Amino acid sequence: MLMFLLRRFLVALMVALTVMTFAFMLTRLSGDLAISIAGANASQADVEVIRKAYGLDQPVAIQYWNWISRAAVGDFGESYFFKERVSDLIAKRLPITVTLGLCGLGLALLVSIPLGVLAAINENSGVDRAVTVFSMIGQAIPSFWLGLILMVGLGLHLGLLPISGTGSWQHYVMPSVVLAFTGIPALTRLTRSGMIEAMASEYIRTARAKGLSRASIIGKHALRNATIPVVSIAAAKLGFMLGGSIVIETVFALHGVGYLAWESIGKNDFPIVQAVVFVLSIIYIGLTLLADLLNALLDPRLRTT
Amino acid sequence: MSNMSNPITADATNRMRNIGFVAGLAIVGSIAVIAILGPALLAQDPFTQDLTRRLVPPAWMETGRPEHWLGTDGLGRDYLARLAYGARISLLIGFMTTITSGLIGTTLGVLGGYFGGRIDDAVVFAITCRLSIPVVLVALAVVGLLGSSLTLLFLTLGLLLWDRFAVVARSATMQIRTLDYLSAARCAGCSTLHLLFREVLPNIAPHLAVVATLEMALAILAEATLSFLGLGVPPPLPSWGLMIAEGRDYMFFYSWVILIPGVALFILVLGVNLVGDGLRNWLGTERFR
Repeated sequence: MLMFLLRRFLVALMVALTVMTFAFMLTRLSGDLAISIAGANASQADVEVIRKAYGLDQPVAIQYWNWISRAAVGDFGESYFFKERVSDLIAKRLPITVTLGLCGLGLALLVSIPLGVLAAINENSGVDRAVTVFSMIGQAIPSFWLGLILMVGLGLHLGLLPISGTGSWQHYVMPSVVLAFTGIPALTRLTRSGMIEAMASEYIRTARAKGLSRASIIGKHALRNATIPVVSIAAAKLGFMLGGSIVIETVFALHGVGYLAWESIGKNDFPIVQAVVFVLSIIYIGLTLLADLLNALLDPRLRTT
Repeated sequence: MSNMSNPITADATNRMRNIGFVAGLAIVGSIAVIAILGPALLAQDPFTQDLTRRLVPPAWMETGRPEHWLGTDGLGRDYLARLAYGARISLLIGFMTTITSGLIGTTLGVLGGYFGGRIDDAVVFAITCRLSIPVVLVALAVVGLLGSSLTLLFLTLGLLLWDRFAVVARSATMQIRTLDYLSAARCAGCSTLHLLFREVLPNIAPHLAVVATLEMALAILAEATLSFLGLGVPPPLPSWGLMIAEGRDYMFFYSWVILIPGVALFILVLGVNLVGDGLRNWLGTERFR
């Protein structure tokens, strides 16, 4: 068990380091960062001033080392535009994104687990086909478009919910629904197939032979085993959702880290872009690590590797 | 209690999938025809602005005009012509992204699955790293830095969306690695290159075809998303995502402006997914026979 933990942790650490390198290289793509920051119309002298001010005159290897060693302790430098520490900016916005992500995931699980179970215990019936069609449709709807449609429908015509902004809990309803929608098809299919597999297994046959009630068989025995993969995927899904929330935050003008990153790309504010890429990746790495551990705790069979 | 072995209901589900497959092919086929021929056949040009005819509603609405069947946008450009041209961009990006990501992912997956050991460890590590990188954000940053063009767009998306190809190619290769026909070919003295290209690749190709459809749907949605966020296809090219973004300013007064390109996007992605689902179903039943 200890070896397993150690191994997973080491791999996670190496992935984190690779992602850090990637985030650094990403902002160096344009060739000369100083020109990008100064803008196309800046004079040569201005570019030089900026190059010095942001340490861009140093060799790339030193710049890289500075970024790695500082980012490792949570120091991402100062924003070019906001003139504030990037870590403070992100710390201020992150709760919004995490709230949105958790609400979206919660909602997605609330819909997809019952749907998946319903489809599985009625396999190949009309219900099952209806669930399949529903998830097919859900998969094809672009999330940003769904957001706009909800804004027009629920926000404007019915006047039920605020259209955009960050003020109250009502502001989170539509974004969460849209975010949940991006996870529901995959989670439903996963629950369904896990449940079908569980229902066909030996221990379910045993439970049935013992004369247990249908509710007990489905709820206690099959569901528990079927949800093991769902738990791990759900954790990874949360990571994906946080990454994907950039679209939804932009649509609803919800000022989380996704919105911050989108703004910063437009302003060539690269310390922020670099930091957000890194933070979102680290959250994803942490979540998948957590998922692996959870899985190993729930299912001892997985500990061997 | 469970009717999983009931052949009649299973048949009904299969029939639904088959109908879906045919419908998907029909959808993708007709959109492809519109994309190729549409701009040539339509009388209207997708780029010509006419500020005296801004936001004309579709022909079936009250103030619609017959010459603009789907109306005009905020700059008076014909919506139908832009929609047809947009289909071209969606399909082009979808296709090119799938080819790029397919090449990268299949190469990595086959190498990892076939050789195993250290090479496989490296491939799994690459997949793990790739998965932890937020796609939309990184693609936005790349386009923001390098400026938008169609080539850059499909290269960026291709470099970011290869993970599923790698995962599937890897596990499919691992499954067939120890099979008799591969050992036989190896004993017959075939080179590794021959084994990979002539034995492994053709045998995992059906699985890759399923991934390709999924990936194409994803790429089409990703392009629309990037264009919607203003860092995808450069205007005035009419991408469907860009049309939705441009329509956003008017959507509270004229909801058809965002409904039309959105529905087009939905139908195309649904069609591609239906084809993929049908393919997977067909392959799945084939294996059990």
